[in-house]
Amino acid sequence: MNVVTNNKWIGQRTIRPDGVDKVTGRAAFAADTNMPGMIWGKVLRSPHPHARIKSIDTSKAEKLPGVKAVVTARDIVDFPIDKSVMLGIQDMRWMCRNVMAREKALFPGHPVAAVAATSEAIAAAACELIDVQYEVLPFVIEIDDAIKPDAPILHEFNKYDGKPSNIAGKLEVKKGDVAEGFKQAEVVIERTFTTRPVHQGYIEPHACLVSVAADGKTTIWSSSQGQFMVRAMTAYLTGLPQSDIRAIPAEIGGGFGGKTIVYLEPLATILSRKSGRPVKMVMTREEVMRATGPTSGSKCTVKIGARKDGTIVAAQGTFYLQAGALPGSPIRGAVGCSFSPYDIPHVLSVGFDVMSNRSKVAAYRAPGAPIGAFAVECVLDELAEALKMDPLDLRLKNAAKQGTKAAHGPVFPRIGYIETVEAAKNSDHYKTPLGKVSGKLRGRGVASGFWFNAGGESSAQVNITEDGNVVVTTGHPDIGGSRAAIANICAELLGIDYRRVSVLIGDTATIGFSNLTGGSRVLFASAIVVTQSTEKIITTLRERAAKIWEIDPEAVKWENGAAHPASPNAGEFPPLTLADLAAKAPAMGGPIGAGVQLNTEGAEGGFGTHVCDVEVDVDLGIVRVTRYTAVQDVGRAIHPSYVEGQIQGGVAQGIGWALNEEYIYNKQGKVDNPGFLDYRMPVCSDLPMLDCIMVEVPNPKHPQGVKGVGEVPLVPVMAAIANAVYDALGKRFYALPMSPPKVVERLEAPTQQAAE
Amino acid sequence: MSKVHVTTTINGEPMEFLCEPSDTMLDALRGPLGLTGSKEGCSSGDCGACSITLDDRLICSCLMLAVEAEGHRIGTIEGMAKGEHLHPLQQKFLEEAALQCGICTSGMLVASEALLKKNPDPSEEEVRFWLAGNLCRCTGYDKIVRAVMETAQDMRAQ
Repeated sequence: MNVVTNNKWIGQRTIRPDGVDKVTGRAAFAADTNMPGMIWGKVLRSPHPHARIKSIDTSKAEKLPGVKAVVTARDIVDFPIDKSVMLGIQDMRWMCRNVMAREKALFPGHPVAAVAATSEAIAAAACELIDVQYEVLPFVIEIDDAIKPDAPILHEFNKYDGKPSNIAGKLEVKKGDVAEGFKQAEVVIERTFTTRPVHQGYIEPHACLVSVAADGKTTIWSSSQGQFMVRAMTAYLTGLPQSDIRAIPAEIGGGFGGKTIVYLEPLATILSRKSGRPVKMVMTREEVMRATGPTSGSKCTVKIGARKDGTIVAAQGTFYLQAGALPGSPIRGAVGCSFSPYDIPHVLSVGFDVMSNRSKVAAYRAPGAPIGAFAVECVLDELAEALKMDPLDLRLKNAAKQGTKAAHGPVFPRIGYIETVEAAKNSDHYKTPLGKVSGKLRGRGVASGFWFNAGGESSAQVNITEDGNVVVTTGHPDIGGSRAAIANICAELLGIDYRRVSVLIGDTATIGFSNLTGGSRVLFASAIVVTQSTEKIITTLRERAAKIWEIDPEAVKWENGAAHPASPNAGEFPPLTLADLAAKAPAMGGPIGAGVQLNTEGAEGGFGTHVCDVEVDVDLGIVRVTRYTAVQDVGRAIHPSYVEGQIQGGVAQGIGWALNEEYIYNKQGKVDNPGFLDYRMPVCSDLPMLDCIMVEVPNPKHPQGVKGVGEVPLVPVMAAIANAVYDALGKRFYALPMSPPKVVERLEAPTQQAAE
Repeated sequence: MSKVHVTTTINGEPMEFLCEPSDTMLDALRGPLGLTGSKEGCSSGDCGACSITLDDRLICSCLMLAVEAEGHRIGTIEGMAKGEHLHPLQQKFLEEAALQCGICTSGMLVASEALLKKNPDPSEEEVRFWLAGNLCRCTGYDKIVRAVMETAQDMRAQ
């Protein structure tokens, strides 16, 4: 493929097309749309972590004045347990049971019914009138308890080793012979780590507005990471054909993976169908925290062996990840990504998907990978110390490079991992001594990380307007600035000012199927379909100029936004601009536009290496990140500001995960901190500036060299911080979060506890 | 229960609306007043997405009762630009990419404007502590802090 060079717009920090709407409050997010005749839906949720639903009596609720419709599991299409129906990575057997409890309520917050009424208050009052008879069952929350032989079993149908079990699945990747590998090792470090579930923490709660007409034609306004996912899941769960559902993507107020599945849309659709009224549903923050997301808590054991010269000869990881109440934890990310930055001859990486009475996990930024990397990168830090090596030199010595076969299968093409380690090593940050400050202890840590990235289905339509400007429509919700990057690419190819390119996100009726905004795939995939569409348009424009000039199309070149006669006709005709050709379009064959739909391929994995300084207040146990540098191979930064934004945002989430964020459960099996006050995400005063070094090793399989950038930056963070805390305190934390009470407890402990 | 009639000033315009006694100012803004630029992220005063000014004082509109607007001046994100002229903070947020998803942006801008009115020359630390009540999950705050400080510098130079 031709890689574009001499760019005018690619690499420029242009103004995003949706920017003005977002700084003036005009942008319509999920909860911002209303309709005439609209009523409000509310969900009744289980108070119990585990209970058989014996009966549900909705008659009193239905009689309450103002109530227009009630929904229970009977109204949702059932997907029987014995037959898997997959939609992407989601199994509809679990989705139908997640949006509405069926046989059993499986976590506090699990929906058991929903009501639509003329006001939110009436809907909430009606929920309280629904009489649900529960048979309360023993519950289990933590991994260790869930895998005990006598643990309460969530799903009798789920068997592991032939017996009912809470282990829903096992995934193993293997390279070489790990037992043989460890025999060659002169230094071996093995440690066990735990992490707590953390929420994606998008500021916009889930919300939707659904209107179903009498003929079944359905319109959904909601914010999600994929309007086509919303359409497909709603169709599956309501029985409507996809062609009857138009899913309109609202602006999305953050997702980070958590909006890759539906919660409210099917319920609102059925409520609207039953009531004949448009139905709006908006979750409270408490509902978001109790019933959506989070990502898994985990227990991981990692063992790495090396020779005295620092050559890693074998690595083994066992990753237990919480799935929540239904199967589907991101073991693939933990198992596949954790060792990928390194060229290790013998690897065994095994993951277990463990169910318990928690809300079903949803994707969260590089799902699974940060959990695995926390364990692996902390063990590498200990290994470097044992070998008396600089931790970055240890990584350089073992770095994956072109030709390395990753344990999960692929042989890497030209990748930029080594460049990230070198850039970290050469950074001002790494070269600057830590210095001292009274009353606090300082430390520095490093870590690396990998994420697969993804391609997949994308559609684009590029149209030239009658006045010679451009409208691009794609099918992926834009969360972090993808429209800005697409405008840069299209303007670059057409040779026009980027402000002449409008970029829109189409709905399911106006653009072809486009898979989720997720996996760091949006710009990678969109750029391919937009590039091919634009190239088709340029071919048309050249053909039309050729026709006008009565020369061969091959003798016309497109440059700087106009057709020019090339040699041997160079200079013979004045150039025809995009506006000229648009004006002549009716007489020259009609409207100018092109669309491309593809299952894109060639997404290559991304690597990052981070350097982190911390300061620990030993009296209060507060760990502050004082300096942070994230280095990442970004392929090609089409819009550098939004690439940096992805990196900085990922780092901030990692700092929260490392230092404060966790789901805290009470003895009744209920989340005790379902709000932003007690679920403590980083606020502005918690963080320093977050420095980024973008290494650009272009993806050879992409027209602009793009690699996904959104997920890698979360992967190394927790380990970088844990390693920095060790450097500061001389004590290692094997459990997250390293929150003030836990740090104080550790500092006050009489002796350093040996690792498990 | 009957609704309460409230007379107030919003973004310099005299306004009237009806609300339930228990409605928050955020409910009134997003409901009868149709000003959906203020966002609801938590309804507990923790996220700042609903930030407005009440007689020039920065508050979370989810923590104020709508009836309390009677006789007072309310400022929202919708009043920040003057016609087609963006406020310098709005322009700088665009240029510096100080937003990603945009859900916190209204609140961030309202809070930042309130800061610069009070303190035209804030240090980085002052900006960070002033904005500590406005959660952003996308940006890590780096570009937001830079945009606010650069705007302050530009506005002082004018």
